[in-house]
Amino acid sequence: MISHVPRVRTLVFVFLALIVLTGATTAIDYINLGDWNVVVALAIAVIKASLVAWIFMGVRHVTSLNRLFVIAGITWLSFLFLLTFADYTTRSWQYQPQAWGH
Amino acid sequence: MAETLVETTGTHLQHHFADSEQQLETATLGMWTFLITEVLFFGGMFASYAIYRAMYPDAFRSTSRFMDISLGGTNTAVLICSSLTMALAVRSAQVSKRKHLIVFLCMTICLGFVFLVIKGIEYTRKWNEHLVPGFHFQFEPHQYQQHAQLLFFLYFCMTGVHALHMIIGVGLLTALIIMASRKVFNEHYYTPVEMIGLYWHFVDIVWIFLFPLLYLIGHHT
Repeated sequence: MISHVPRVRTLVFVFLALIVLTGATTAIDYINLGDWNVVVALAIAVIKASLVAWIFMGVRHVTSLNRLFVIAGITWLSFLFLLTFADYTTRSWQYQPQAWGH
Repeated sequence: MAETLVETTGTHLQHHFADSEQQLETATLGMWTFLITEVLFFGGMFASYAIYRAMYPDAFRSTSRFMDISLGGTNTAVLICSSLTMALAVRSAQVSKRKHLIVFLCMTICLGFVFLVIKGIEYTRKWNEHLVPGFHFQFEPHQYQQHAQLLFFLYFCMTGVHALHMIIGVGLLTALIIMASRKVFNEHYYTPVEMIGLYWHFVDIVWIFLFPLLYLIGHHT
């Protein structure tokens, strides 16, 4: 082997954690937390995605350069959201969809 | 030194790399670069989803009774299982267990098909319920008709592109099984298995975000 071999126990543990978190996020949707519902759902999704990236995709064992690329990707994604929302929240753009065929 | 290295690592090592390790690191970096472009590709759709959900929260919430949470949840579990079998496949390749590798790859493909079949059932239901955006789109309560149509447009766009990635992934896994049965991989060379593993896990991550955003919008109201 030429890259890090993960332990089967670790992989199964991550798998179980992902299943438990899926159950949790589904259950929490039935509880009314107001605006916090979407925050909690996204927080759980970020935890799940991080587990997949860190263990399954092996980000914890890649080179520093590779990790820098991953961080750059997340940074650019945040630019995409930040700049889009900077426009939509300050310029009072409203799009009114029309019915098909009208 | 260099000669013994070539001898022990076989013929897969291309001449412009110093050793197998550097070759794998290079491939991994290239794969991650591709995956980052994919992140931004899906990111555009997630951003438009976020804008319209922020604009029309009530209309988006009213669509949740048409989202089958048991089918969506099952598909989430199916994809997580397939990520586990994919990770185990990569591990089998690393320790040169060819039969285990083939078995885990076959399991991953089967789970991929289960996902696509369930997705197909959902699409059929949406079609029958007139929830596919277009001339026949019908939605109650009527006041949300136009804005709910936006959500369903995003739903088909995002899950459709995701499903396309799954179909491509199944094709790539089939190629891996053929390569594995031809004994292409050994403990010094399993780069394709690891790269397609990265791709498969990435597709899983996309679904991890799609599931709460499309299926878990408003059961609490």
